[in-house]
Amino acid sequence: MDFKNLKEYLAWLYFQYLIITGIYVLEPWEKSIFNSVLFSAIAMVIYTTYVFVPIHVRLALEFFSVVQ
Amino acid sequence: SSYTIQKNGPGTGVANSLPRHEPFEQAPMYVAVMTYLGYGLVTLFGYFRDFLRAVGLEKCHVAQERSEQKDFVPLYQDFENFYNRNLYMRVRDNWNRPICSLPGPVFDLMERISDDYNWTFRFTGRTIPNVINVGSYNYLGFAENNVDFLKTVAEKTQEYGVGVCSTRQEIANLSLHQELEQLVANFLGLESSMAFGMGFATNSMNIPALVGKGCLILSDELNHTSLILGARLSGATIRVFKHNNMHSLEKMLREAICSGQPRTHRPWKKILIMVEGIYSMEGSVVRLPEILALKKKYKAYLYLDEAHSIGAVGPTGRGVTELFNVNAADVDIMMGTFTKSFGACGGYIAGKKVLVDYIRRHSHSAIYATAMSPPVTEQVIRAMKCIMGQDGGDEGIRRVRQLAENTRYFRARLKEMGFIIYGNDDSPVVPILLYMPAKVVAFAREMLRRKIGVVVVGFPATPITEARARFCLSAAHTRPMLDQSNLLILSRLSHYHTV
Repeated sequence: MDFKNLKEYLAWLYFQYLIITGIYVLEPWEKSIFNSVLFSAIAMVIYTTYVFVPIHVRLALEFFSVVQ
Repeated sequence: SSYTIQKNGPGTGVANSLPRHEPFEQAPMYVAVMTYLGYGLVTLFGYFRDFLRAVGLEKCHVAQERSEQKDFVPLYQDFENFYNRNLYMRVRDNWNRPICSLPGPVFDLMERISDDYNWTFRFTGRTIPNVINVGSYNYLGFAENNVDFLKTVAEKTQEYGVGVCSTRQEIANLSLHQELEQLVANFLGLESSMAFGMGFATNSMNIPALVGKGCLILSDELNHTSLILGARLSGATIRVFKHNNMHSLEKMLREAICSGQPRTHRPWKKILIMVEGIYSMEGSVVRLPEILALKKKYKAYLYLDEAHSIGAVGPTGRGVTELFNVNAADVDIMMGTFTKSFGACGGYIAGKKVLVDYIRRHSHSAIYATAMSPPVTEQVIRAMKCIMGQDGGDEGIRRVRQLAENTRYFRARLKEMGFIIYGNDDSPVVPILLYMPAKVVAFAREMLRRKIGVVVVGFPATPITEARARFCLSAAHTRPMLDQSNLLILSRLSHYHTV
């Protein structure tokens, strides 16, 4: 599998994503709905991770008396 | 001293019981998860679209009940209709593709496009020429229009015409039919045979003539619909044993003989084991020596359906009995079709003369179905003579050997590439497992774009997690054609772990 450039590789990755999730068979507007729902879910997960995970880690370390 | 002289020749040696390499490799767990995920997501979108149709936001293209029938039992809400509306319709451009040439090793397709996502189709008027055909059952390449080979067929058509206008038992028992039946019996090495006009009808109409109420049918899990239909029509009790699993079969035989019929415990009138030579969806070959041993031990009868294996396996194309080197007369009822390896249509039943004479009198197909058409009969005769070498050349044996070589080469190359392939190494039916529904669809479309016509099968013809693409090799495929289909399969269609 030889890819001439990054764009071709990304296009192949997107194709694999369509095939694995089964979205390939849907009409374009349904693909857009699914992609936007998935994208917003992932964006929310990333935002929550960024905001809350440091706080939780600090609290856990305080609980186990590693850090005062 | 008394000793029996052992003859040499086919059917007299010890049955070949070397373990044949027949793997049914399981896919990794993540593949099963992804398959279910794919089906789940498309089902969710199916519910969403049904909701839009019910509310009226979208036009409904399928049949609907009339408004007066809304309070009746719903007609179109079962799973089959849901599946049809929301999954099959989206992708149905991959099936029923119209062909406009001979289905030989290459063929022409009519170009067909849809403007509304496969609800309606229209032809552009162009054809897609020289598409490599790996979907037709053309094992020995007899689907050809070479004038030299078809000379006798043309002569017989001029002599007998095309229509027979009656049934075998009434007035359409042509001398050509008797010549065909004699030839089939010689080909298989049996006493007698009878030919019918349709392969499906050979099974479904003749099994009711052989067994009835009070008989037991032990049928393999993956038997063809024609066998199942014939068994159900006969009224006999049907029990299913696991595919090619001799322990399951033996257990059922012992239980049947010990307990007898369900309530009365009388012994069964007949026990008939129904198996196929090659199973077309898996490419697996029946375990004939073991089944014959079981059959003799428990005094049952064997019905062997050689639809895909006659002409396609065995050193001289005589089918699975030759492949395993067993005596063909040990199988009670040998059935086969002329559709696959002989390039015609129809089927036959062969066996002892008493059996075939009985079928001639009592088969529905003989009494009610139109007899085989003369050009088709002559095509089978000339194909069979070619395989047997009776027409004076070695074209037939060359084709049988070419098919065996093509099969070995193709399977070896696909295994090298890491695909999961089912079935025996000798079977010319090669299913490549694709598992995911979207992959199956993408595979069919991309192959057609690269000028290869392949048949893909999914649910409900196969289990829901085992969708596959089925390749049917032919003696007419040349090495460059096989390489082209191989290399193109290797292309970016497969997941980069080649699952």
